[in-house]
Amino acid sequence: MTEWLLDGLLVFTLLMTASATLVSRDLFRAVVLFIAFGLVMAACWVRLDAPNIALAEAAIGAGLSGVLFLDAVSQLRRGQTRKRSASADQSPEAGT
Amino acid sequence: MSAHLLYAFGGVVLCGMGLGGFILLSHLLRKLLAFNIMGSGIFLILVGLAQHGGGAEPGMDPVPQALVLTGIVVAVSATALALVLIRRYYYLTGQTVLESSAESGRRNNDDDPGSRKDGAL
Amino acid sequence: MKAWFATFVVLAVCVAFTGLLAVTVWDIAQTPALVQLPAMVAEKLSESGVKNPVTAVLLNFRSYDTLLEIGVLVIAAMTGISMARTPTLEDPELRTSNELLFALQRWFVPLMLMVAGYLLWAGSDRPGGAFQAGAVLAAAGVLMRLGARPMNFLRPGILLRLGLVLGFAVFLVVALASAFAGEAFLDYPEGWTKVLIVTIEAVLTLSIGMVLLALFVAGPVNEYGEEDDPV
Repeated sequence: MTEWLLDGLLVFTLLMTASATLVSRDLFRAVVLFIAFGLVMAACWVRLDAPNIALAEAAIGAGLSGVLFLDAVSQLRRGQTRKRSASADQSPEAGT
Repeated sequence: MSAHLLYAFGGVVLCGMGLGGFILLSHLLRKLLAFNIMGSGIFLILVGLAQHGGGAEPGMDPVPQALVLTGIVVAVSATALALVLIRRYYYLTGQTVLESSAESGRRNNDDDPGSRKDGAL
Repeated sequence: MKAWFATFVVLAVCVAFTGLLAVTVWDIAQTPALVQLPAMVAEKLSESGVKNPVTAVLLNFRSYDTLLEIGVLVIAAMTGISMARTPTLEDPELRTSNELLFALQRWFVPLMLMVAGYLLWAGSDRPGGAFQAGAVLAAAGVLMRLGARPMNFLRPGILLRLGLVLGFAVFLVVALASAFAGEAFLDYPEGWTKVLIVTIEAVLTLSIGMVLLALFVAGPVNEYGEEDDPV
């Protein structure tokens, strides 16, 4: 019974983090939720008797791809704030 | 029905969610996130079904696990390559959405405020 | 209005897709498997040279897959590097100066290198292996890179090319040699199995770490002052 509860809770958390990643308005928040999703995935692999995959997922899904995404987000955002201020200078009505 | 099957069905739902997000979201990074979620769903289906199947002995099935391990590494390298391409696209065009969805995407306000502004150059 | 309709159609299609997939999965789950792959692997495990069944599948029974996989990785890395703007690799503007990051670099990078070595070594008889070790190696490199530590081996040159190609090349040489000298493509000769697997795993670890790190570094980072080109 407890095992079922644990499995159900894990799958529920997995689906919740995934849907939160998809509907989140803030891109940075979406990426952080995606990292959380990777960690929950790693826990799921352990429950599925797949320790090999769990190790890889913890290192790759939660660590490496999270850093890759965060780096990209910060760069795109940096460029965007710059451009928004630049375009606001040129044409003030563009922002409305 | 075993608990392993539960994970397979969780993977099914992830797959559907990822597909929907991949089509509906306009920001390229969001598309990539959705695509990764879809891939994770497929991995879960593969291993969950294999662990459930057989049923003869409770041990693990190493073959799909090896396939999924390969898949995870290929997926992360594809993701990294996609990020390089997205950055390059942004660097060249100043946009974070694809050309065709640049017009229709502006009406959907499910994106962060930043991505709706570009294209207005 | 039209956009709402399109969204509705897409959602309906996705729900239908999910339902179809669920029915299929349920159907497959009810059907008994025709071949017992776990039993076959367990039967031949003693001949594979390693004790971890997943490693045995990856590097012996289905090593063809792994060979193609490292090939895909090398191609991805080459594509990424061809877009890279490596001159900015140690641009001081991009340097993250953070006490925490420096402490992490000092304490974690040696630890991570050790963990990578352990994972590689452990792969033969318990969870671990080349992929996990390669990922940890790449993560250590990313940590170094974030603090803009100079890493000369990532500059275009002989070291980068060698590191990227090493895993694939060694794997391919082993495959071809076994094809010419022995029975079949990737059929390791008797007695050499363990040595060959460990060698391949070691070079695979290096190459996987290198590929992932190269793809991380490849992001074109110098958008400052250059993006005002007309679209």
